[in-house]
This record gives sequence, structure tokens and C-alpha cells, in this order.
Amino acid sequence: MRLSLCYLYASGMNVYGDRGNVLTLAQRCRWRGIELDIIERGVGDRAPLKQCDLLVMGGGQDRDQVAVSQDLQGDTGKALIEAVEDGAAVLAVCGTYQLLGHYFKAGGGETLPGIGLFDAWTVAGPRRFIGDVVVRADLGDQVVDLVGFENHSGRTFLGPNGRCLGQTVVGAGNNGRDGQEGARYRNAFGCYLHGPLLPKNPELADHLILLALRRRHGDDVVLSPLDDSVEIDARRAMIERVRRRGRVKSGAR
Amino acid sequence: MDVDTVGKAAPAPPARSGWDLRLSSAVLLGKVASLASRRLGAGGGTALPGVLAAWLDSAALAKLALGLPRGTTLVTGTNGKTTTSRLLATILKRAGWQPIHNRAGANLASGVTAALLERSNLTGCPDGDSGLFEVDEAVMPRLLGAVRPRVVVLTNLFRDQLDRYGEIDFVAGLWRTALQQLPPETTVVLNADDPGIAALGRGIRARTVYFGLDTRESGDAPVGHAADSKNCPLCATPLRYDTVRYAHVGTYHCPTGDFERPPLDLAVTAVSLNGVDSSDVDVAASFGTRRWRFRLPGLYNVYNLLAAVSGALALDVPIDAIDAGVVGFSAAFGRLERITIGGRTLFVVLIKNPVGFTEVLRTILQEPGPKHLAIAINDNLADGTDVSWLWDADVEVLAGRCERVLVGGTRAGDMAVRLKYAGTPTNRVHQVGSAEQLVDDGLAGLPEGGTLYILPTYTAMIELRTLLSRRGYASYFWED
Repeated sequence: MRLSLCYLYASGMNVYGDRGNVLTLAQRCRWRGIELDIIERGVGDRAPLKQCDLLVMGGGQDRDQVAVSQDLQGDTGKALIEAVEDGAAVLAVCGTYQLLGHYFKAGGGETLPGIGLFDAWTVAGPRRFIGDVVVRADLGDQVVDLVGFENHSGRTFLGPNGRCLGQTVVGAGNNGRDGQEGARYRNAFGCYLHGPLLPKNPELADHLILLALRRRHGDDVVLSPLDDSVEIDARRAMIERVRRRGRVKSGAR
Repeated sequence: MDVDTVGKAAPAPPARSGWDLRLSSAVLLGKVASLASRRLGAGGGTALPGVLAAWLDSAALAKLALGLPRGTTLVTGTNGKTTTSRLLATILKRAGWQPIHNRAGANLASGVTAALLERSNLTGCPDGDSGLFEVDEAVMPRLLGAVRPRVVVLTNLFRDQLDRYGEIDFVAGLWRTALQQLPPETTVVLNADDPGIAALGRGIRARTVYFGLDTRESGDAPVGHAADSKNCPLCATPLRYDTVRYAHVGTYHCPTGDFERPPLDLAVTAVSLNGVDSSDVDVAASFGTRRWRFRLPGLYNVYNLLAAVSGALALDVPIDAIDAGVVGFSAAFGRLERITIGGRTLFVVLIKNPVGFTEVLRTILQEPGPKHLAIAINDNLADGTDVSWLWDADVEVLAGRCERVLVGGTRAGDMAVRLKYAGTPTNRVHQVGSAEQLVDDGLAGLPEGGTLYILPTYTAMIELRTLLSRRGYASYFWED
């Protein structure tokens, strides 16, 4: 089987190891014999997104986020929305997650427009939320405690049509108030979790791969299981460490 | 370090006249604290005395620094601070200077104050003739105001501990503002090959000295993915590189023509890397050309050499002392220090950010044969609580090159996952629970005459140092 992945804005939006998400998807495909074509697409690039089954983007510094915001207001944003409506799987972390909402009102007062894929908006807050995060997320066939690391000043709020990725068990999440983290729409997922997110959360990585495979090859596709003991052990160790540090609000598994 | 407070200016040093009771009390309190913390075995007492002294006299640092007739040199940057300042200290001593140096790597304002206290008498007069301090990136602006340095050395700027500093643009902005305050008598030594550093020399009143590499090699290496200055610092256009040395360090120009690598005052014209042993370099500067065998390996250490020698030249140190200092220099603990135990060798190399980690791996892999590695990743405050950086390092270079990798530290699991996705088979990776186990299992798995490369983050390195010194293999770090 074959899949096509587009790594969007790789050069600017990769400040917190987010390329690890792409490495993880690539390896988990390779270990299963799935051929994965990866294209990188930066600001101003015109490569078509239509045939991409999986789109991944990360977080970056302010100056890069401005450039990405402008780029998304053009053809890229339209193509991205079309791809999602057509069933493509998307993972957007931090700075790009914010731009998939309606807007990001930055610390300096300027507003970066988003593309409104998620019914969400973001406003910069007075201090950054920094630290380990545990989020309980329902991935359809299973509920998983996702782990990651947040580092953001933006407070994201979901509108009436917004649906969160999960509930925070540890950490501030979207805004530090409503206990929600991330957003999802169809097969698109956005969140604040660096770490990077996918290596220690292989269930989410496989969920994205499966959604992408089914878009291209039909609903009968199943994924062969992999030995994830190293990943699961690392996640368990991190949750235990967070628990000892005292940031856990309620029982992380 | 709270990013909101680091940019504040320090109180200006007042004029010294007569006996300063407040300063004397601060010195006394600092000295008592230092003694007490050593007696209690609470560590080297490297920073607490400075904190206490500053509490009694907020201008203590400025007043103490005023008593140094040959002035103060500050060294900062993401990587290479410790090695650069140690080499410069060695050179200065060869020249007969008596530098006061915060050698234990206590590089916040409190650590610098503590180093000065330790060497001052109760009237606040230091017994050295010059100050040489490696300082934390975010603290540098505040220290600039306090100590009025004669020379400032900037090594490089990479992503590092983003949980503490926020974004690297923020650090660059702090530095730019601070350097603009410097008078023309100050010399700023800049790494010309790091565009983010080179740009800091534009439009400042201080004298500038640029160092870099001018060797002829093909420039086909891609800019590293952990590179942070791929765009022109002036107009944000992507830079064109003729040569990439590592990460975003190299020879570059902006296609719009507004910015290029500045002309070099100190240049390496030829370099030959001898594995983890040493490097042979030809260095050209105002003194002519010198060939040195430098006993620290890796291209990143060649840059540290250039930074230190540029600093020495800016301080008007004679070339004979520079010669002697460079050739006689050896590593600090944790900077590729070699320890021999029962016919086996331990190499200890600090890793703290993706560029440093990648360069350390590249250096180790210059040696032939399958490698035995031990990697200890902690996520304490001094290490950075965010371990995402492991994914920005090129751990992929290890694939197929390791006999065995032990992983330890509070985030051993994260390192094991990183190795798995980088192509090192999981059956070659073993998790250990303590520094003892890391060393003991590591040594036990080595063949006779073999080498174990230990790569710890900062606090893991301190644990290791304590363990090895308890066993008599290394002296305590604060006695360096």
C-alpha cells in the first residue's frame, strides 16, 4: 500500500522537535511495508495538496508564524480545507494549530488571520504555559492518555461547533480554564502538545495512518500491530514522573 | 530564569572611595556561606554565596569588578562557553595574568559574584588582576551593565532550553539591545560564521573582531534541520550557503545583497580532525599564521579555539602565551574528558541541545569500529524540562554503528524511543536505573582496551562526576 504525506512549513515551524512526528509516521509505515511518499511544502510553494492523505505541521517562532498565516490565507489554506473535507488526516501542533482556527490575536496586539477549519480562536495571554501535559483523548476505538509538553502563550477557546481533542489530566491545555486540550474536525487534529507528540503516543500515530489509508484504499484496511513496549514504557515513566512532581490533577493511567 | 526579568539593567557601579561597610558585610556573608556549604557537603557552594552577598549589597558585583585592573571578559553563547573561557583562562595564566574565573560553570549573576567573593578580601579587593566569566545567555545583558567588560565573546546561538528562554529571537533581541550600549573602548568578539551572531556586530559603537573558517571544502552539506538562522537577520530572505560547517554555521550571503559573512580577523585556513583525539589547525591573524595541535576534538571545538584566541588578542596578550596556552590545554570534566579505569576508557561528553548532541555524535563516529555508548537524559531545571530537543538531533547517524547503547536518567525512556525511531535496534538498547549502573554495566560490557562514550545532560553529568570522584577517578568539579 502507498500513502502520501505532506510536511508543511518544515523549515520554520519546527522549533520543538516537531519533525519527530513525521519521523514517527514514516517509521511506523515502513515497519508495516507501507510505502510513504513525503513531500515538504514551505511558504510560497505551490505543490498540489490534493493527492496528500496525511498533512503534518508544527510550531515555530513569531516571525515564522506571521509568514505561515499569510501563506494560509492564499491557495494553501483553500487546498488544505478541501483536503480535510475530502477526508485527509491532519496533525497541526501549536503555532499551526492556532492558525487552523479563526484567528490568533498575538501579544503585540496584531491579529493573525486563520482559516477557520476549527471553530476556535486564540488570544495571547500574560504568561506562557510551560510544562508536561497529559490529555485523555477518545480515539474512537480506544481512550488514550496522551503525553506531551506544552509551551505557549496563546489561549485557545472553542466555539459552539468546536470539539476538543481531549480533557487535560495534567497541564493547562487550550486555555488553562476549561480543562480542554486541542481541537478536531473530521480527520484533522490540532493541539499544543510538543514532545514531540506522536513517538510516545503510538495509538494516535496509528490512528492518523489508518484514517489516511482508509481515505485512499477504502474502509476495509486494517493495520498490522507493532511492538510498542518501548514507547508505552516511556509514556508510563513520564506519567509517573509527572505524578511525583505533583502536577497531576486526577488519576492519569 | 523568568524571561520577563532578565533584560533589566543592573545598578551602575558607584565610585569607590574609602571603606565600604555594606560591601564588606556582603563579602563576609558570602565567604561564611561558602565555607558552611562546603562543610555541610551541600556541593561546591558555587552560587549561594553570591545570592546572599547580592541580597546585602545589590551593587556587590559591580564594586568587586571595579577592582580588576586588567578588566573583565565575558563569554556567552549557546554552546562552547565553558571550553572557550577555560582555554582563555589558560592562555591568560601563561601570559602571567591572574584571572578570576567562574570555573565551575556557575554562570548566572550569583555564580559570577560568588567567584569574585571567593577571591576578594574583606575590604572588597580581589586578589586577581582580571575577570573572566562565562555567562548564561539570558543573564548576559544584565552583567554587561554591571561589570563594564573590556571584551565580550559571543560563540553562537542555537535553540537550547526553550522552556526557559522562550524563542531564540528573544535572546538575540536581548543581546542586540545590550551590545548597543557598549562604548567604543569595549571589544566584541563575534563568530562570523553564525549569521545570527555576525549580525550583532552591525551598527554598534564597540570595536568588533570576527572569527571563522576559511578552508576550502565543497559546500554541499545541507543546512541542518535544527538550524535556527537560515534566513537573513536583516531582511528575512533565505540565506545562500557556499559552505555549511554544521547546523547554520558556515559561509553565507543574502541573495538580496544586504548581508554576508563579514571579513575575518582570525581565520582557520586549514583543519584536520583526528578523531576524538585532537585537531590540527592553521590559524591566520594579525600575528601571521600558526599551526597548532589542539587537544580537543571536533569542528565545534575549533570554533571554541578561535573564540578564545580572538579574546586573547583583544586583550593584547602576546602570541607566545597564546601558543603555550593552546598547545597545553586539556578538557574540562564532561567536555570529552578521558578517564582510564582498569585498561578501559571512559569518555564523558556533556550534551545539552540538538546541535551539540549532533556534533558530539559526529565526532565520536570519526573513530572506526562499533561503539559502546551510555546516554543519560535528565529533565531537571538545569537540563531543560522539555526533552523535545532529542528529536532535533541527528541520532540517525548512530544506526548500524553501535554495539550497545545504555540509556539512563529521568527520561531514559524518551532516549530509548528516539534511538528506536533513529534505526538502532531495540535489542541493542538497555535502560539502566542509576548513574552507578550506567558506569558499572557500561564498563562490564566493554572488551579489554575498549572505550565507553558517556553522554550526559548537565545534572546527569554532575551525578556522574560525584560518583567517579567518590571512586577516586576524578576530582570534585568545584575544585577544577
